Amino acid sequence: MQFEGEHLGIGQLGHFFVLLAFTASLLSTISYAIASRKTDTAERFSWIRFSRASFVVQALAVLSVFGCIFYICAHHYLEYFYAYKHTSKELEFKYLLACIWEDQSGSFLLWSIWHCVLGMILILRAKEWEAPVMTVVSAAQWFLAMMIMGVYLFGGAVKIGNSPFVLTRNEINAPIFGLPGYLHLIKDGVGLNVLLRNYWMVIHPPILFLGFASTIVPFAYAYAGIQTKRFADWVKPALPFTLFSACVLGVGIMMGAKWAYESLSFGGYWAWDPVENASFVPWLILVAGLHTMLIFKATGYSLRASYLFVILTFIFILYSTFLTRTGILGDTSVHAFTEAGKAMNILILTFLLAFGVPSLLLFFIYYKRIPAIAKEEATSSREFWMFIGSIVLFLAALFIIAQTSLPVINYFIGLFTDKKLAPPEDVEFSYNKITILIAVIIGILTAITQYFKYKSTNTASVARRLWIPGVAALLITVLLYFIYPVTYTKQGPAFLGAIYFALFAMTYAVIANATYIWVGLNGNLKAAGGSIAHFGFALMLAGMLISSGNKKVISQEKFKTFVVPTTVDPLTRQQDNPAENINLIRDLPATMDQYAVTYYGDSSGREKDRKFYHILFKKKDSIQPETFTLNPDVYLMKNNTMSSNPDTKHYLTHDVFTYVSFAVNQEQNKDTAHFVLHEAGAGDTVFYSKGYLLLNKIISNPPQNKFNLDLHGIPALMADITIVGRDSTRRQATPLLYISDSVHYVDDTVYAENLYLRFADVADHKRIKLGVKESDSIIDFVTLKAYIFPYINLVWIGLIFMATGFVISIAYRLNLPKPKAATLIGLFALAIFYMFLLAN
Amino acid sequence: MKRTHIVILIAIAIGIASLIVMSVDFSTYDTIGTARAKQGKFVHLIARIDKTVPLDYNPAKDPNYLSFIATDSLGERTRVIYHNTKPAELEQSDRIVLKGRMEGDVFQCSEILLKCPSKYKDDKKQMEKSVVNM
Repeated sequence: MQFEGEHLGIGQLGHFFVLLAFTASLLSTISYAIASRKTDTAERFSWIRFSRASFVVQALAVLSVFGCIFYICAHHYLEYFYAYKHTSKELEFKYLLACIWEDQSGSFLLWSIWHCVLGMILILRAKEWEAPVMTVVSAAQWFLAMMIMGVYLFGGAVKIGNSPFVLTRNEINAPIFGLPGYLHLIKDGVGLNVLLRNYWMVIHPPILFLGFASTIVPFAYAYAGIQTKRFADWVKPALPFTLFSACVLGVGIMMGAKWAYESLSFGGYWAWDPVENASFVPWLILVAGLHTMLIFKATGYSLRASYLFVILTFIFILYSTFLTRTGILGDTSVHAFTEAGKAMNILILTFLLAFGVPSLLLFFIYYKRIPAIAKEEATSSREFWMFIGSIVLFLAALFIIAQTSLPVINYFIGLFTDKKLAPPEDVEFSYNKITILIAVIIGILTAITQYFKYKSTNTASVARRLWIPGVAALLITVLLYFIYPVTYTKQGPAFLGAIYFALFAMTYAVIANATYIWVGLNGNLKAAGGSIAHFGFALMLAGMLISSGNKKVISQEKFKTFVVPTTVDPLTRQQDNPAENINLIRDLPATMDQYAVTYYGDSSGREKDRKFYHILFKKKDSIQPETFTLNPDVYLMKNNTMSSNPDTKHYLTHDVFTYVSFAVNQEQNKDTAHFVLHEAGAGDTVFYSKGYLLLNKIISNPPQNKFNLDLHGIPALMADITIVGRDSTRRQATPLLYISDSVHYVDDTVYAENLYLRFADVADHKRIKLGVKESDSIIDFVTLKAYIFPYINLVWIGLIFMATGFVISIAYRLNLPKPKAATLIGLFALAIFYMFLLAN
Repeated sequence: MKRTHIVILIAIAIGIASLIVMSVDFSTYDTIGTARAKQGKFVHLIARIDKTVPLDYNPAKDPNYLSFIATDSLGERTRVIYHNTKPAELEQSDRIVLKGRMEGDVFQCSEILLKCPSKYKDDKKQMEKSVVNM
């Protein structure tokens, strides 16, 4: 059958580029592998030239694939399943990229594009390491090309990858696709998931995937070290890339945290969700590896650990892809990642095993040949404490991934018995109670380690320099206890004590690292990347402790009479008070903490089904009265589902955070009541079920009205009414009518009394007919949840310092000339400051 | 034995110990029947909403009270009480995981996890439905 209006050419072109990328990356892998085995310089170089050409071809092909998808989505070619699934015409242009990331093949493509960029940099800069390093990168490219290939082998028995260029009519079974003109009937695509329509969805995935993609570089260098048998030489060239990777992955993860905080109604920035953990764990191992690499460069120790850590970082990146993309997480994650079918799951598992197994095998085979110093580190040396720190980070990573892997563990348990383990009751606490101890150790190690010198140190001098920051940190912690205590009592006194310990450790690390820049480095900022990154890291963790420890739900309905059943011991394990949602009836103020809060109006958004609620916060403070409006919004779908976006008022010291937790879909809430007419004159009283109305006066041709109608020169009449409710509250209403061509009624609504008033007609003797309607629909209200997050800015500012510290270190390790380094660092700091604190 | 080895061993010991401490916390997946037998103990119920009985949720009166009947694959039924707002896609869900405790005949729920077709936009059946409705 011939279908009308399809644009099949672009899809075929795109599919051709996928196949080209697949072939070229395979050629590039093989020829780089051959090149790395050639000792003859001329021969080696001729192989490298061929490999480079293949890699450039595959890079251009990958970019072209992206171009084709972008073109298809931008033009809404709905015959393509990709465009049908992810785009819709109402979406703003900036979300077009978000639409592309939303798809699984889109995110693999993004990963692949970053490999291309990194590969080009390696071709330009890796020099003698190019062949073995690029063998690994090209091989990864080959696998990523497979993910988006969508090719059937053996007569359709085996499917490799999911093509982004499949056609809607082939993917969906519906009678509509039997019609030649089906495209005229499909008006629009499904569009981007409403949860993802957000500034962060545009920038978070590219940054996170750059972090993911860049972990392959240290991994590839480690392989190169083994392949060339120059076991120790790879560390120096790999170090800047490792710093880069740790920086970008860290920023990417925290962008996810900021996203969750800003626009998803999880009520926080970190929930130990498996998807969060899956990217956090590789970062921890990478940072452990970064430290052992530094130890090796300075002292020759810890080379074997460096190998292990960079290899495991990449393996855990692949493992996290496996966890989040195969749907195995199932019930344990709130993230709606899709399962892409069994064939795809097997392919992702193959990707993991194809890199994981050989790399670990190589490591163990050559373990003995990797140089190590027989003499052990002195306890008064920096390398000793750095190594301890790395081990602690690594153990933290193992603990987190072990618990996150519960579904995988259950899969294996399921092979023997049908008894499965379920996540613990309080998932967050099960992580927090362990990680808080890790935070204490890491905080103290971060504070003291730099004061030790490599090889060995005079311990007395270390103690002399460290006791002042220690006492200062102790004083600050004690002071905090008295003037700004942590109120996180729900996990009992032991955990509260641990929070104070961690706060002390972090304060100590902040102060000690700040002072080290002057005491230890004489203010040489060029070399202070490490201290600045540690300072930022500790500040960020301190911010997390305070903002989460003192997070306050202000929307509690305290005066409700029901009793919350608790069988848990209130000292150790108190459940959250569940009554954390408050109803705001339109125009009726409610009290939340220090605010009088009123829901005073709503408006619809540009996109269909989107509704904004306007909430007025009025601070009940006689000295500093203050009002502001928050506009949380929801998408209210026809099938009664809803998706909520918070709104936040930012202050330097805290955030007021609110989101709609329940909203009534007004379309399904039709009003069936009628106006009851009453005749009344000025000064008369009309009763309704909850009180009475007072008709104060009738104004003809009112000079102004609250509806902002321009009635100049139009005959109009307005009734000035006072409504006295059951609790003797007085409210004003001014319904009016005007005559232009015909009679127009402008009704007034008193939401708090659920009352609609209409100036229905004039009667004799200066009396009027007043229409009174008491709506029988549910009153207009919205259910809110609101929090105060104190000192949340410490988290973001800490992150900015940490990331900038990484960049300073990169500039230092690359020996960049001063103006160049200063420009790079300055621009980076500005950009990340803008992204985290100003944008949105 | 080197000092670093000792440190590594101790660290691994701590790691394993913390894993064991943690594993004590793991909860269980239960049916309504087995949950009844474990009064007051925190469990995960895998169940379905009985759609023949209307949900009790009146947000205007109290947004923090939801009650409904859940049934499991063995056909047992229990009333569930959840002190929070009604999850948006509750009625559409085909399978739910309820976290909480059985208190007498009532399941006091602290969290509801939904498995709904519409949450998974790539779900082809859902797509087919939406195409047909166009």
